[in-house]
Parts: sequence; C-alpha cells; structure tokens
Amino acid sequence: MDMKFRIRRFNPEAEEGKRKPYWQEFTLTGVEETDRILELLHRIKWEQDGTLTLRRACAHGICGSDAMRINGVNKLACKVLAKDVGEKVQIEPILGLPVLKDLVVDMEPFFAHYKSVLPYFINNSPEPERERLQTQHDRELYDDTTKCILCACCTTSCPSYWANGEYVGPAAIVQAHRFIFDTRDEGAQERLDVLADPNGVWRCRTIYNCTPACPRGIQVTRAIGEVKLAIVRGSPEGVITEGAGEIAVSNS
Amino acid sequence: MANIHQFDAIVVGAGGAGLMAALYATKGGAKVAVVSKLYPTRSHTGTAQGGIGAALGNLDEDKPLWHAFDTVKGGDYLTDQNAAMVLATEAIDAVIELEHMGLPFDRTDEGKISQRRFGGHTSNFGEKPVRRACHAADRTGHMILQTLYQQCIKHNVTFFDEFQVVDVILNQGACVGVVALQLGTGELHVFHSKATLFATGGWGRVWSVTSNAHSLTGDGAALTYRRGVPMQDMEFFQFHPTGIYKMGILITEGVRGEGGVLINGRGERFMEKYAPRIKDLASRDVVSRAIYLELREGNGIKGKDYVYLDVTPPTVNKYLAEAGETRRITAEDVEKKLPDILDFCRVYLGVDPVKQPMPIQPTAHYAMGGIPTNVHGEVVIDANWTVLPGMYAAGEVACVSCHGANRLGTNSLVDLVVFGRRGGKAIAEYVKQADFVPLPANAEKEVESEITRIRKSSGKTKPYELRQAMQKTMMEKVGVFREEAGIAEALNTVRELKTRYQTDLSIDDRGYKFNTDLMEAWELGCLLDLAEITAISALNRKESRGAHSREDFKARDDQNWLVHSLIKNHAPSAFATGIYEPDLNTDKKVDMSLASEDERFVPKARTY
Repeated sequence: MDMKFRIRRFNPEAEEGKRKPYWQEFTLTGVEETDRILELLHRIKWEQDGTLTLRRACAHGICGSDAMRINGVNKLACKVLAKDVGEKVQIEPILGLPVLKDLVVDMEPFFAHYKSVLPYFINNSPEPERERLQTQHDRELYDDTTKCILCACCTTSCPSYWANGEYVGPAAIVQAHRFIFDTRDEGAQERLDVLADPNGVWRCRTIYNCTPACPRGIQVTRAIGEVKLAIVRGSPEGVITEGAGEIAVSNS
Repeated sequence: MANIHQFDAIVVGAGGAGLMAALYATKGGAKVAVVSKLYPTRSHTGTAQGGIGAALGNLDEDKPLWHAFDTVKGGDYLTDQNAAMVLATEAIDAVIELEHMGLPFDRTDEGKISQRRFGGHTSNFGEKPVRRACHAADRTGHMILQTLYQQCIKHNVTFFDEFQVVDVILNQGACVGVVALQLGTGELHVFHSKATLFATGGWGRVWSVTSNAHSLTGDGAALTYRRGVPMQDMEFFQFHPTGIYKMGILITEGVRGEGGVLINGRGERFMEKYAPRIKDLASRDVVSRAIYLELREGNGIKGKDYVYLDVTPPTVNKYLAEAGETRRITAEDVEKKLPDILDFCRVYLGVDPVKQPMPIQPTAHYAMGGIPTNVHGEVVIDANWTVLPGMYAAGEVACVSCHGANRLGTNSLVDLVVFGRRGGKAIAEYVKQADFVPLPANAEKEVESEITRIRKSSGKTKPYELRQAMQKTMMEKVGVFREEAGIAEALNTVRELKTRYQTDLSIDDRGYKFNTDLMEAWELGCLLDLAEITAISALNRKESRGAHSREDFKARDDQNWLVHSLIKNHAPSAFATGIYEPDLNTDKKVDMSLASEDERFVPKARTY
C-alpha cells in the first residue's frame, strides 16, 4: 500500500528567520502492513531525505531510543506497525522536552529527574557470602517496575509534567518504586523523602495518560499510587497487597 | 582545534562490559570517563534475554569445571582453555556480585537465584542438560544493564553520552586516547588517557538478517583495525538459530530451555536427528546448520524458508512425557517466564506463542572474533602475546578467546561481567604506576578530514544502497554455510562497494548538529572494512569448525587449524582501509592448559 507521513521537522542550523518548526509530508509506496513505523522512517531517511533525524537502536522495543508522538500518542516507533495506523500517519517529537532537531529531544532534564530519586540499590549491611535470599512473593511486589526502559513515553505524556518541568515525572517515580518495594533495599525512606517534595509524587493528578503510554505495559499510575500511599503511611510495608494499588489511586 | 579532556582511563562504549570496567576502574581509584555513542541504557546488552550462566548449583548439581568443559566443547576446541576456566570460575562470584548490586533475579522456592536450562550447558561433561542460566524473566540483559548503570550513577562515574568515538590515538608505542564526535554539536573532542578500554560491541549489521541493533556497526573493532591493531578469528560469527522470520529479532534459547521444540514442515521434531542426546538444546551453530539442512531438503513450513519454534503447552508436555520427565508446563508458566517473547510475537507477527508456534530462521547474532586480549583485558598484538600498553578491550568486541569458534548461550553476559571487571581492575592498577604519554600533534586531524570528506560527499551512491548490497552478499555467501567460490565472490562485491564508498558516496545532511546521516555513513565504512576482513579470514580457514562451516572442507582439521587467525592492516590510518591484502597469519596456538592435565579437554569429535 501507499502511505502518507506528516512529520514535524526542525533544523537548528537553518538560516536565521527560517529556524522554526514546520510540517513536511512524505509518501512511501510498497508499504507492507507489518512494516514497523521505524523501518518506514528509515526508508524516508535513506531513500528520500537523509536530513530526517531521529534516535533508534535495537528496533524491537527494548532500548527505549525511539519514543515519539505517533498520531498524537506516545509510542516507540519500532513497536507500531503500518496496519496499526492506516494509510496516513502524523509524527512529532515527544512533548515537554526541548526539541534539538526533528524528532530528537534533549533527554538531559529527563535523566536528571531519574538520577534525583537515588535510582540504585542501597543496602549497607554486610554482604552475605552468597546471594541475599528473597521469596518469590517479595520478588513479585516490584516486578512490574523493573521493566522500565527509560524511554520517557510516560513522563512526556503527562500534562502535569508539561505544565511544570520541575515535576520529577512518572518514569522517575517508577524507577524509585522498583527500589522502594524491593525487600532487600534499605534506602526506601530517603527516596520517599525525595518524592514527598512538592515536585515529587504530589504533582501527579492521576490523569492516567502515563499507563497507556508505557510500551512495556507497566501499571505506571498504580505504581505512583503505591508510592503516594507509602509516603502517607511513612513506610512501604504492607502497601502492595491485593488491590492496594487501585485504592491508592482512587484516594489520591 | 578540538576540545581536549584528560582522564586516567577512557571506556569506550556503555554496555555491560564498559560499565563493569568503568565501575571497577573507578572503585580502584582511577578517574574514569565513559564515552558512548548512545545513552548507556540504549546499549545492546539490554536486549539479552534468557540468562547468565554460572555454576551456582541452586537447582541441579553443578561445577565450574563442567561449565568450562561446555564452553570449550561449545567453542569447538578453538576456545582458549585458560580463558574458559577463568570465565566459568569467576562467573559464580560475578553473578553473586550482581545480586548484591540489587539485580532482581527470579527466585527458587528457597529464595535463591533461579536457574534454567540453556543450549550446550550440561552436567558431568555432556551427560545431560543442567539448569545453569540465572535469569530475570526473559529480560536478564536489561536487568544487568540497568543495574550496572545504576551502580555507575551511585559511584559518580563521568559519562559523555552521545559522543561517537571515531579514532584511537597511538603514540610512542602506546594507546594514549581517542577522538570522539559529539553528536549534538558535531564538534570533535580529544580524550587523553593513560588507559583506554574498548567495549563497543559487535557488528551484526554486516548481515541482512540480524538480531543486532542498528547501532552495532563494529566501530571499535574497525577503527582499531585501521590503526594497525590485529583482529582475531574474524571468520567466526554466530548465527542464532531462532530469530523471528524475516525480522531477525531474537527469540531466546530460554524458550527451548523451558521445553520449547523446533518443528519442521513435516511436523517432525528434527533436532532428534542431529543431536540425539540433548536435541533442541545443542549448541547454536549445530542447531542453525540443522535448520538450514532441513530447509534445503524442502522441509520448511509450507515449503518456505522457515521452521517453527513451538512452546505451546500441549506440544511441550507431549515431549516432556515422551522423555519420561514429570515436569509439565501451563500457559501461565509461559506468560510468566517469557513475557517479552510473547510481546514480540504478538506485536510483530500477530502470533500468540501460548497457542501457536513461532516462525523462525537463523539470525546473525554474535562476533566470536575481535580485538585480541589476554585474560586481564590487555590488548595483545601478535602471536607472542605482546601487549599494546594502555589499550584494553572487553565484551563482544574483544576476543579473549573464551568463546572459540562458537559461543554458548548465556556466556556473552558472563564474558561482560567477568572480563569487564578484570579489565577495570587491571586499569586501576596500571594507571597508578603509568604516566601520561603525550598526545601527538593534531591528533584529530586525520579523522577530521575523513569526516569532512563524508559531510561534503556529492557522488551518486547513497549509503543505504551500499549497506544493503553488502548485507545481502554477506548473508548469502558468508553466512551459516560457506564455500570458496562464494566467499571469493562476496569479497569482490564488498571491495567494489568499498571503492564506491570512497569515490562515489552521497549524503544529504551537510549540518553539524545531530547529523545522523553523516554518522550512519561513517559507520557504513566500519561495516565494509569488517565485512572484508571477515571474508578474507573465512577464505583462508580451510576447515569447518564451530560457526565457520565450509562446504568444501567439511571436517574439522585439528592437525592444521587448532590456531587463531590474526589479520592486520599494514598501512595504519584513520581512514577506511583501501583495497589491498592485509597481513594474515595463523601462528597463534590455542591454549590447551586444561587438556594438558585432563584428558577430557583434549579435542574430540563434537556430538550432542
């Protein structure tokens, strides 16, 4: 089939006066239904216009490089197929981060928020000779948030983040959640203190954009709710039980 | 004038090996910077799925010596046995260390690290499959990459993200740093160091069907080769048996570890013919060849060029029952243990592996060859193990050689942590006593002229045309099966493409900021150089061993070929190499230190 692409472009090195974003249309012929949007963007770049600029690496949804707005919704370009969007598609950079060139945004503010939540294992007790033991049940508590690939689809779909870039954002909270609810970790209190800040979890208004935006299927809003509840209770203990996430979300 | 930075140590590449090395060099007191063309979490380590092998013995009795044996045998006896023993022994401690860093491994009923079966991993010297692969669902590599990056943040390692290294600087017989292009600005930076470790990964993008990221263009290997560092065992490139049909996306061997089986168009579990003892869990080279042979006999599915990988519970349970095993699997087990695999198949194929078999074909996956190193990560430049002071390598770009002619599943992750750690430790010690060797004048000039040539290129050939032509010819003629005429044709084709690359290239983007058109074109030059020396090395090795399977020399020839290939560019520069014959020698003997004490490590016929 033929497919029309409408792509948001920005060339930071255009002549003075012309240096502003614009839309450009491209047509591709011979598109197969199972072609990934990423492959089709490559075809445009390789066959038609080498200046089209985007990030990509693994091309199968694990590296998190190619987050973009596809028909108004945050997706990884390598996880959307032609048949998912039909014959016309509109592509823009993700929102809320400065655009550097075409579909490439400045990721530094995103990673700065990530680093602010102490996103690393903290356990100052003496290390045992073998592995620390953890029950399957306890391992399950934080399983969902270990899937995060830091693609920024959630954070840049969040209206609260768009309104205030100081907000730490869903992805950073997901990363904090992964440690806060890990029974082996001893840094929960420090992280809860960081996230109790005005620019922490309370900027979340439970708008829920983040959850459907996640290409890894993480229940992002639920995770944020669980962190909120842990802050309210002063401890992560017992927060995650059957259904606690939903309660936390509806109470917040 | 380039920007100049000075660090004790530079680590090029931020995958598992690079991060592990950076962490250990930092912990050892060195001032370290990691220079990477990607944000660290985009590195390809993150896509590794099934597990990391270590003889923990959490579920089955296991020993490092058994792991070393499997590694040597899996490598078809080209594996340096000292390196295999280091790998197998230190794997245990490395995995425990990852757990102590917080890595969320799956757990056994007792709360220990859970382990699963994987191809070629056996107990008691090949007797039966053993549960050795430590796993975090089917995203073990993702968890390793995340965990190591987290630890680097914790230890304040300096990162230069989205800086593409384009040249290595050698002076007075030592490695003194690298030149990198900052993608965001197009500016060149010179990094001056006492020690430089290359951990830039592989070059699967030489082939058309590959599991590898677009970014795996072999930059580190190509640019060191251009500067005169030899490349070892380039003819050995692994084709993983189970890539998603046409797309090449990897389907982990863990699927077969959980009981999945390969089925041909006649409905047969064909691996029973090729590996009667461990069947679908034979080494990857063996399984990939078996698939090709089935396809050749017309046994593909619906007569096409793919077979099925079937992990549906009825099929798996049928074969478990046949094998007399009491274990059974449910749809829920498959969902739980292989979530990412299910997601890939549902998204890309519209196939639900819980209910339907997956169409698969072999996919270019892993470079066994690369920059030769000793077991401390030091780069060695000849058959006498002469060290190039200040240069180190680890991970896929390096050739220790712990993988020999064919790497075992899970051993790439073991390699990263074991030899990344060794490299980092060695660097920490080295920089304590070494002085900075001065930079040569205008260190960036040569590569700057190459970058400028590409930026201004205005010929008639777009990079993708050359890339696709190279990938096609390499897939057809220097793939799973090879023979003299075909390899020679591929070499000719690649050389024609190289000539066009150097004389008739054309790119569109003349800018400086985020010029990915330019960088892709430069990376293509790396791929072409590596494709060329892969073909030359493959042509030279007149035997079949591991992943190098010659139809005109079908047998392994231990008399003449228990040696490593070393290929070397004799006209060092920063430019893509010209068309001339590089030096190629096979003087470097395989280390046989285990065999000298234990008869079981002496090369013998390899059956599974």
